[in-house]
Amino acid sequence: MKIHLSGVNKSFGDFVALRDIELTIDDGELVALLGPSGSGKTTLLRLIAGLERPDPIPGCRIEFDGVDVTHTSVRERRVGFVFQHYALFRHMTVFDNIAFGLRVRPRRLRPSKQEIAAKVNELLDLVQLKGLAHRYPNQLSGGQRQRVALARALAVEPNVLLLDEPFGALDAKVRQDLRRWLRRLHDEIHITSVFVTHDQEEALEVADRVVVMNKGAIEQIGTPDEVFHQPASEFVMRFLGNVNIFHGRIRSGKAFFGEFILDPIGRNGFPSGERDARLLVRPENVELYRDDPGYPAFRARVQRIQLAGPYVKIELLTPVGESLHAFLPHARFQEMRFIENEPVYVTFRDPKVFVDGQAPLAGVHAERAQGEPEASEAPYSHAGV
Amino acid sequence: MYRNSNALGESAWVRWSLIAVSLAFLSLLLLTPLAAVFYEAFRKGWAAYIQAISEPDALAAVRLTLVTAAIAVPANVLFGLAAAWAIAKFDFPGRSLLTSLISLPFTVSPVISGLIFILLFGARGWLGPWLSSHGLRVVYAPPGIVLATIFVTFPFVAQELIPLMQEQGDEEEQAALTLGASGWQTFRLVTLPNVKWALLYGVILCNARAMGEFGAVSVVSGHVRGQTNTIPLHVEILYNEYNFSAAFAVASLLSFIALITLAVKSIAERKTRTEMEAVRKVDERVP
Repeated sequence: MKIHLSGVNKSFGDFVALRDIELTIDDGELVALLGPSGSGKTTLLRLIAGLERPDPIPGCRIEFDGVDVTHTSVRERRVGFVFQHYALFRHMTVFDNIAFGLRVRPRRLRPSKQEIAAKVNELLDLVQLKGLAHRYPNQLSGGQRQRVALARALAVEPNVLLLDEPFGALDAKVRQDLRRWLRRLHDEIHITSVFVTHDQEEALEVADRVVVMNKGAIEQIGTPDEVFHQPASEFVMRFLGNVNIFHGRIRSGKAFFGEFILDPIGRNGFPSGERDARLLVRPENVELYRDDPGYPAFRARVQRIQLAGPYVKIELLTPVGESLHAFLPHARFQEMRFIENEPVYVTFRDPKVFVDGQAPLAGVHAERAQGEPEASEAPYSHAGV
Repeated sequence: MYRNSNALGESAWVRWSLIAVSLAFLSLLLLTPLAAVFYEAFRKGWAAYIQAISEPDALAAVRLTLVTAAIAVPANVLFGLAAAWAIAKFDFPGRSLLTSLISLPFTVSPVISGLIFILLFGARGWLGPWLSSHGLRVVYAPPGIVLATIFVTFPFVAQELIPLMQEQGDEEEQAALTLGASGWQTFRLVTLPNVKWALLYGVILCNARAMGEFGAVSVVSGHVRGQTNTIPLHVEILYNEYNFSAAFAVASLLSFIALITLAVKSIAERKTRTEMEAVRKVDERVP
């Protein structure tokens, strides 16, 4: 089932929860709505389900497979919805919970008792809960409840599966297992699915495409690779993964960030005139050298080395006394064996310059030419990772 | 019974004297009168007892009481469910006003409640002339008694349901809707089972009050023997006629209702608490 939304707005009183949403989800896709709390992602999910109505503005349209469902009730949309806190029927057993959607059908559409039992058992198998059919929700663990909620939603053979923070209420380990399991399940049954999350790692790991949201608007739609490596905005880059941020200025076609000066690359160049700008670099794109690498680099001092974790995390101090983080692969660190207090050369791979209201600009290290202003003149500050 | 901690450090005699004081108070004010009712009722033997409660005026009073309760309780169940549903699951202008209005009958003296109906429906009341021109009698007749009883008892069901429904929220109902259930199916299969014990608790309290109400009913009844007397009014009449053993015999009927109410209430109360705890348990964020 293909889902298409256009011109969708939603406000609650004075609060604008969503503005001008334009989104297409292809048949069989698994899409993540990713954003901080209050970004409107859950509202968007509930609009797709029909649990909320969009503001009645001309041009607002929600389509399932090309059919306008803007005014179709939640009952008739046939969506499977998994609530954040599962919303299992507390007075019903697991079996009755899963069978609910089949039992409430009008008599002529209702399967027989045997058919319902067969379907429920098949779903219990699918979600790996055989043997728990006669338990009550309060006798289950969070992960088990989650899977019951999923089975219950799937029982009615929905057109789309919508999941609100499906792993939000679980602890870290269960969450990881469950999201891999959800991905495998999706590969098995291929139902068009949309899930809401505020956890970027979850979105990047599970989804085919990620919709990054901020303040009620969509910032970027793309594959996990695209949104991570080619962020469309400063928000996306900051929200996905870690970043080092430098505040500086663009002046006469170059970007100045303290010690660090960038020439533009690509056709567009930097905007003319003087503008405030921010330089964002992911810690994994910070390269360290013991000796002068032979091309523009700046100096810093190793301050702290943290060996635990998938990367070696190195905290550095720049000459103007700001800190900077670099994540090195363990193999590279073993090779270099940096030690605390050691002076090093630093270069950035793929630094991105952001000017308010503009797409990211790519830059490359520039040699300081004679007569360039001194570093200390430029406003310079730094926010940590 | 157990003590939560020794932190208060009260010595044994303090604890025991507190318990003794409460027990003495209870016996003096609750148990002794209850025992007196039954003692007086049966003092002249079974035959007199049976005779007192099967006399036509007494039977008429019992009948009117049962009819009144049979109308007032279902009416307040419907009202209570509707009001609790509205208050717990929707946000609408006037919601908090409605919440406080619901408890109004508890804060108004029952006599005033009765007088309101006289003012509205009495011969010189607002609607009195219209009613009498259509040959309808409300006050000094059973309809007035039913109305006054509904008014006095309407908070019971709603006040039991509102906190529980608020605690439970409406996610289960939303889930039922996404699964294709109609509004009625959602109510019958999801909402109602989730509040059944609280509802029963409310019904029992409502019923006890409906059968036992004196003040409001007394004002609108007119005390016509065999026609507009409920059990409490009948007891009063017998007592004023110095017919003590008959008065206590009829009063013992109300006491039986009170004892049954107490028993069912304590069961329902326990189950309601389990319902509440179930909410908290399911909502806990445990793996």
